[in-house]
Amino acid sequence: MIKTQHLSKRFHDLHVLKDISIEIPKGQVVVILGPSGSGKSTFLRSINVLEQPSTGKVVLDGTVISGQGFALDKIRQKIGMVFQHFNLFPHMTVLQNLMYAPIKLKKWSKNSSEKKALELLKRVGLTDKANVYPSKLSGGQKQRVAIARALAMEPEILLFDEPTSALDPEMVREVLDVIKSLAHTGITMVIVTHLMGFAQEVADRILFMDHGKIIEDSSPKTFFKKPETKRAKAFLEKIL
Amino acid sequence: MKLDFGLVLPSLPFLAQGILVTLQYTIISITFGFILGIILAFMKVSHVRGFQWFANAYTSIFRGTPLLVQLTLFYFAIPQLTGYRISAFEAGVLTFSLNSGAYVSEIIRAGIKAVNKGQLEAALSLGIPYPTAMRDIILPQAIKNILPALINEMIDLLKESTLISVIGEADLLRRANIIAAEKYVYFEPLIMVGLIYYVMVMALSWTAKRFERRLQRSD
Repeated sequence: MIKTQHLSKRFHDLHVLKDISIEIPKGQVVVILGPSGSGKSTFLRSINVLEQPSTGKVVLDGTVISGQGFALDKIRQKIGMVFQHFNLFPHMTVLQNLMYAPIKLKKWSKNSSEKKALELLKRVGLTDKANVYPSKLSGGQKQRVAIARALAMEPEILLFDEPTSALDPEMVREVLDVIKSLAHTGITMVIVTHLMGFAQEVADRILFMDHGKIIEDSSPKTFFKKPETKRAKAFLEKIL
Repeated sequence: MKLDFGLVLPSLPFLAQGILVTLQYTIISITFGFILGIILAFMKVSHVRGFQWFANAYTSIFRGTPLLVQLTLFYFAIPQLTGYRISAFEAGVLTFSLNSGAYVSEIIRAGIKAVNKGQLEAALSLGIPYPTAMRDIILPQAIKNILPALINEMIDLLKESTLISVIGEADLLRRANIIAAEKYVYFEPLIMVGLIYYVMVMALSWTAKRFERRLQRSD
């Protein structure tokens, strides 16, 4: 279970996150919605402490993980992240991208990590791309590799930071299908997205953010049918 | 005017030994300079103020003063200060390494800065420790981008190694001057030395080109 306690983040004068306290139980699929600049990505990035909170804490399974130095590396192995711009390692082949962290950190043998990597590539439908470099892939393929790379560390939690925002429209589907196939398999997922249909389909829970606060925390049904706040209503009207 | 290479031909082995001296200087200095450059570059991009300050001050001093001043200072001042009689070789390698480190650190720093920030974040999010991520993910990409600039620095170092003849080391240039003084001919030995340097520089850039192409496999 991951928990934030009175989490706040300031960049100089800008108050990006304001006193956020929530709990996400194991296995839940949480989608974070909200207008641009509402702090969604910053909040997501605080969960694996890519952003250190200015005040407040992030707690994973009872351990405070924010404010830590070197111990953070161990904890991050349990929290995978998928980025908007993929961030595949361009100097490594697809297979090497997947094998790098497990060999380095889990001390797996080359053989077993390769086996695992190929399994994952099969899962995202890219077995034939194992030995090419990322520059040869389409955006959708890159993102599927990035998801497989995150999965290679067998994380308990997977964070998605607008995973389809940098994709051409015709490639969105293939990536969403992969993400959907992961939902409700035991892995906790926190997804920042602008795709309302997808959110409705995949989420157990919607967090709606505005001006650095979570102002709505409800089931997708409630959120999309009967949003409680004016701000959420206005947001949905603009988008749907 | 008449050119007579026959006169200096017997001195060719003597001259050739100078190639070894020059290469030895250059290779050792490039190696140490490169290692030092990496360390200084990491200090510059680190978030520790003290490291940044040190690396910047270091670079400022070694870039801001002439190499020949540094070389003669090390060669003549170290014995005076410490009593240790430093050899021309030690003084030369020391100066060139320290000097090259300053230039290389600026090149590498620029290379690191040019690597997308997301690369480090991707590595960190997998649980890779910062130093390992810098070494395995950031540095290889940085080096690839800055290879031409690094080769330039190496070529500079190779050519500037002629400065060691000033403190008496028998490198290529000094040997050419010795031959010239013995035989009273200047043009022939100097043109030969120039040619040898040119061939060495060409060999270096050719090797670099091949290496660069190898690195471009992933493009």
